[in-house]
Amino acid sequence: MKRHLLPHPLLTPALTLIWLLLVNSLSFGQLLLGLLLGWLIPLFTLRFWPNRVQVHKPLTLVRFVLVLLYDIVIANLEVAWLILRGPRRVHPGFVEVPLALRSELGISLLANTISLTPGTVSAWLSPDRTTLVVHALDVRDPEALVATIKRRYETPLLEVLEPC
Amino acid sequence: MLEVILSALILLGALFTFIGSLGLARLEDFYTRLHGPTKATTLGVGSLLIASMVYFSTRGEGLSLHELLVTLFLFITAPVSAHLLAKAALHLRLRSLAVVPPRAEASAPQQANRDAPSDETVQR
Repeated sequence: MKRHLLPHPLLTPALTLIWLLLVNSLSFGQLLLGLLLGWLIPLFTLRFWPNRVQVHKPLTLVRFVLVLLYDIVIANLEVAWLILRGPRRVHPGFVEVPLALRSELGISLLANTISLTPGTVSAWLSPDRTTLVVHALDVRDPEALVATIKRRYETPLLEVLEPC
Repeated sequence: MLEVILSALILLGALFTFIGSLGLARLEDFYTRLHGPTKATTLGVGSLLIASMVYFSTRGEGLSLHELLVTLFLFITAPVSAHLLAKAALHLRLRSLAVVPPRAEASAPQQANRDAPSDETVQR
C-alpha cells in the first residue's frame, strides 16, 4: 500500500524544494502546495520511473557532489587556459571507459558527470552498456584519464547506487 | 565593498563566457569545439548567477535563491545536449583530429556520407 501512495520517497522533498525555489517564497501556503505537487507528480509519472531510487550512502553522495564542484572549477580554468594558449597545442583524443555501473540511472549520471567536467564529453555508449566512449580535449595519457574517471566518479556512484 | 565584489563576479562571468565562445571560433574540429561553449560557460554562468543572488538578496526583499534552479537546470540539460551532439557527430562521421574508436564508428550507417558530402565530412 505504501508503495502505491509514495512511489518515490526521495522525489517528493526534491520537487517540493524546487517548487519553493521556483516561487521564491517560504510561506506556509506555498510549502503545502509544493508538498501536494511533490506527492502528485511522482504518482502521475510512475510509468517513466518504474524502479525506486535508493541512496545507500548519503555521505558519499555529498562528498561526490563537493568533489564534482571542485573539479568543475579547476577543469574550467584548465580549458580556458588551453583555449587561450592556442588550438595548435591541444591533443584531443577518444578514450574508452569500461563501465562497472549497471543501472540506467547510474550510467546516465556518470555520463552527465563526465560531460559536466570541462575537457571531457561522453560521446557514445556501446549498445551492451559496457563501454562509454569519451572525447577529451587534451589527453596526454589516456590510461591515467580512464583511471581518474573510474576512481573519482564511478566508484562513489557505485557505492551510492549499487552496493554489492 | 559589495559593489566591488559584484562587479568582479560579473566581469569574471563575462570573461569565462567569452573564452568559451572564443574556443568555438578557434578550435579546429567539431569535437574540440564542443568543449568550449558547453564547458567554460559553466563557470561563467555560475559567477553571473552568484552575482545575481548576492545582488537581489541584499536589496532587502528577502533571500533570492531562484538562481540555484537555473544552475540545476543548466547542469541537467547541458551534458545531455553535449552528449547528443557528440553522438550525432559520430553518426555522421565528421572529421576528427583524434582517432575515432572503430566500435563507435561501426555503429554508424555505412552510407551516411553518400547523400550529402561536404567539407566537414570525410569519406573513410
